[in-house]
Amino acid sequence: MTNHWVDIKNADLILIMGGNAAEAHPCGFKWVTEAKAHRKARLIVVDPRFTRSAAMADYYAPIRAGSDIAFLGGVINYLLSRDSIHLDYVKNYTDFTFLVKDEFTFEDGIYSGYDAANRKYDRATWGYQLGEDGFVKTDLSVQDPRCVYQLMKAHYARYTPEMVSRICGTPQEAFLKVCEMIAGTSAPDRTMTIMYALGWTQHSYGSQMIRTAAMVQLLLGNIGVPGGGMNALRGHSNIQGLTDLGLLSDLLPGYMTLPGEKEADYQKYVEKRTLKPLRPGQMSYWQNYPKFFVSTMKAWYGDAATAENNWAYDWLPKLDKPHDLLQVFEDMNNGKVNGYICQGFNPLASAPCKVKVSGSLSKLKYLVTIDPLATETSEFWQNHGEYNDVDPARIQTEVFRLPSTCFAEEDGSLVNSGRWLQWHWKAADPPGEAKTDQEIIAGIFLKLRALYQKEGGAFPDPILNLTWKHKQPAAPSAEELAREFSGRALKDVTDPKDPAKVLVKAGEQLNGFAELRDDGSTICGCWIFSGCWSEKGNLMARRDNSDPYGIGQTLNWAFAWPANRRILYNRASCDPAGKPWDASRKLIAWDAGAGKWAGADVPDIKADSPPEEGINPFIMNPEGVARFFAVDKMADGPFPEHYEPMESPLDVNPLHPNNPKARANPAARVFKGDWATFGKADKFPFVATTYRLTEHFHYWTKHVRLDAITQPEQFVEIGEALAKEKGIRSGDHVRVRSNRGHIVAVAVVTKRLMSLKVEGKPVHTVGIPIHWGFMGIAKNGYLTNTLTPFVGDANTQTPEFKAFLVDVEKV
Amino acid sequence: MALQSLDITARSATTRPMPSARHTTEVAKLIDISKCIGCKACQVACMEWNDLRDEIGTNVGVYDNPRDLSDQSWTLMRFSEVEVQAGRLEWLIRKDGCMHCADPGCLKACPAPGAIVQYSNGIVDFHEENCIGCGYCLTGCPFNIPRFSKKDSKAYKCTLCSDRVAVGLEPACIKTCPTGALVFGSKEDMILHAEGRITDLKERGFSNAALYDPQGVGGTHVMYVLQHGDQPELYANLPKDPSISPLVSLWKGIAKPLMSLGVGLAVFAGFFHFVTVGPKEVEEEEERS
Repeated sequence: MTNHWVDIKNADLILIMGGNAAEAHPCGFKWVTEAKAHRKARLIVVDPRFTRSAAMADYYAPIRAGSDIAFLGGVINYLLSRDSIHLDYVKNYTDFTFLVKDEFTFEDGIYSGYDAANRKYDRATWGYQLGEDGFVKTDLSVQDPRCVYQLMKAHYARYTPEMVSRICGTPQEAFLKVCEMIAGTSAPDRTMTIMYALGWTQHSYGSQMIRTAAMVQLLLGNIGVPGGGMNALRGHSNIQGLTDLGLLSDLLPGYMTLPGEKEADYQKYVEKRTLKPLRPGQMSYWQNYPKFFVSTMKAWYGDAATAENNWAYDWLPKLDKPHDLLQVFEDMNNGKVNGYICQGFNPLASAPCKVKVSGSLSKLKYLVTIDPLATETSEFWQNHGEYNDVDPARIQTEVFRLPSTCFAEEDGSLVNSGRWLQWHWKAADPPGEAKTDQEIIAGIFLKLRALYQKEGGAFPDPILNLTWKHKQPAAPSAEELAREFSGRALKDVTDPKDPAKVLVKAGEQLNGFAELRDDGSTICGCWIFSGCWSEKGNLMARRDNSDPYGIGQTLNWAFAWPANRRILYNRASCDPAGKPWDASRKLIAWDAGAGKWAGADVPDIKADSPPEEGINPFIMNPEGVARFFAVDKMADGPFPEHYEPMESPLDVNPLHPNNPKARANPAARVFKGDWATFGKADKFPFVATTYRLTEHFHYWTKHVRLDAITQPEQFVEIGEALAKEKGIRSGDHVRVRSNRGHIVAVAVVTKRLMSLKVEGKPVHTVGIPIHWGFMGIAKNGYLTNTLTPFVGDANTQTPEFKAFLVDVEKV
Repeated sequence: MALQSLDITARSATTRPMPSARHTTEVAKLIDISKCIGCKACQVACMEWNDLRDEIGTNVGVYDNPRDLSDQSWTLMRFSEVEVQAGRLEWLIRKDGCMHCADPGCLKACPAPGAIVQYSNGIVDFHEENCIGCGYCLTGCPFNIPRFSKKDSKAYKCTLCSDRVAVGLEPACIKTCPTGALVFGSKEDMILHAEGRITDLKERGFSNAALYDPQGVGGTHVMYVLQHGDQPELYANLPKDPSISPLVSLWKGIAKPLMSLGVGLAVFAGFFHFVTVGPKEVEEEEERS
């Protein structure tokens, strides 16, 4: 979230799209009801299903699963063609005026630089026109046809209400009603917040859906302001912490990136990431990359990381390609993976195309699962009748189950969607042989290190040199690890302006990442967490909910990264002169008397830089402003474009009916063997979408009696029109088939799944909750991911769980 | 279970006067259906606090689970898909359970002394140790709430967490509700709170939004805020004008006085017999034998 849960109460309008907060985030949803009850906020829900969130909405608009870019592109067109934008905001705080290279083109759904054979773009033309001074050229009049404003306007002019309705199936009047409500928040004193989740991420163009929504918010001036923002609602309680700590396959902690295999040279690696400002006077905060990187390497390798060995850079893996979930299972399926460790992860249930995942696991020599529960993955080799029909005799994979603690059986911090690191305390001892994850990983590490010490090996340095100065080496405590993430001075850290002034003494905890140094004098395991455990103590454990400004920012509750800041880009809540756009919702402001920025939140700007200096709010971007034109940051284009899901009821993309290359996302990675597993609308005519229910949490709570009581048995949801067509009544059992397999479940026939008219034809949606499986105490069921396609988002490789094709029949 | 900290103001099948010296605030639970997302956290909290565990059932084609109230499920969500205005779908989710009537039909109907009581704060509670399993309470209830246990043949229902309320806590369902759809306090405050919600709903186009506090049962200590106050039956057949079954009135209104008269006559006849004939004298021989 750019903002946070409590801040939703400051919104005037709430758009829930690509998510179902009432269902999946009922506790956070309370801030929606707060905004409605106390701010007279209105709630819009746009979703293929009339969800629990829709039940609370002032206005609901249906949409075909997977067509959100068309809808939001239509909103952009509506706003631009009516000038319903926050002009002062976009002119000053975005790339509206920036000029784009002449070579950049977009023709019939394809951007310049497309390599059809490899389904990849050469992004060289996706950039700015740079002046001789190295800065981006601009046209303040925004008349130049190559300025971002003009390019964007032309790009989205195609997204007319008629086109939106043809693609999305949303009736035009419903679409226009939503546009009208959204456009109202372009006023400086009106804000909209957008709440989304996996309904946007789980598409082959999910990242671009989110970008389109962010563009809408920027046009309205709704980023960086209270009650605004782009708010990703994270699923697992610590999935935010997972990405923060760099557990994605191509990341390092704090969203630093792992080097690629061509980046053998350390200097080139850091230079590429030490981004120089692209506009005069901008902060371009990634200029500090070397400080973050060196401090991380010092945290990992301690004294062994020196200036001479480039802070142990050679010991980092260099990526040949991203090794995301789909890539790993593809490799496993091709027999290239021997062993697999699943820590808190149940891929047989959670990954797409169960038959491929099951086959892949069967090719392993060994599988380790670290989990509090016996998961489907750990039992993938067992025959569970129709629900897991495998032959154990033919599976040679050796499986090790290492029972771990659950959250209530350990101390630690969890990062919530609002980036708050909240400490929690152990409530009970774990049962049986269960150990904490630290103990399990430490055990594996110490054993491996002993083996390397004894036997040498091909490349022992990264293991042998790893710092492991824990008071209990076999069981590092959560407190020790948290202090390491936050960071410590190895030598006195002095003020760069006054070297005689010591900011932090050697051995003390740092106050924040501003104190990190690139000379090896500081350690910090995750720079964005820096300051969470300072000499003041464990700030994550704070539980003071006082709200002196009455705007819900509660700076003394836990710790928010970065720098305890609650709303990112909050400089943008003020006009260029430093005055809040909306005096009734003052977040921060420039205090000329005191010569600093101050207010209810930690200012997201150089604290003593007066507005006249012109530092713009988007300090992480070298431009200093937010980008409508994504330059070369996205794999599938600088402007989001609507493409069809990989499996779609339409044979062509209505925007590019004559270009088959532009039907589905041209840059989505598809493994060779998987093309044949995709189905077509002639055999699988219905759009399927998968989702979660409020009564359950993933595949966990089917092990819990109370949750099993409230939602005991697998079901699928079918609209009344489709049910009538197929002769299905509520309570009947139905078989749902995709080209990859089938499931059988109880039919819930409902008005809440409407048949939509798409390109003149009715399109039915089948809704499939995910929670059942063959372990636990709820009624056994099929793993829903038996049905889903093995393809992911072009940027993140998040699987396309939200839109694919099925057929349905009564059994 | 009798709670010493709450005064009992009415007791089934009991005629002797109840205590009235102390003053207790009348309480109420307000269920704001316009804020209820049907998450069932209240169902779970109810089972946890009251040590109930219903069966893991089946799905019969609806979201309502368990399927019905039972001795193990004292509250549950009932989901209704309605289109009051053509083309505008609504998913109305009503938390069902005991309404804690001011004039409780169950208590009136109950022939077992002390099996059903009403406390001075308005809560109607079942004391199962006194329950004889006759089922009259179900006949007496205009909301179809009490359920019999197959295990002990006694009737069970929501206690409004009388044990928690007696010591100043809110009911478990209130504590757990994530959206503020459930609120609890004095009945007076809850009516006030509801007025604010109704004003808000009217502004949003629900011109018939209203408080459900049916007077046919003397008002209730569980009240609803309904978007469509004129059509409570939309909400999984919430009765529009609930009243106590005529059978109970018959029992209380005619049958009971008649029976009382019968009992009185018998006593009178006995006394008359005593006065006219005198006490029964036992022969000495009989005593010896």
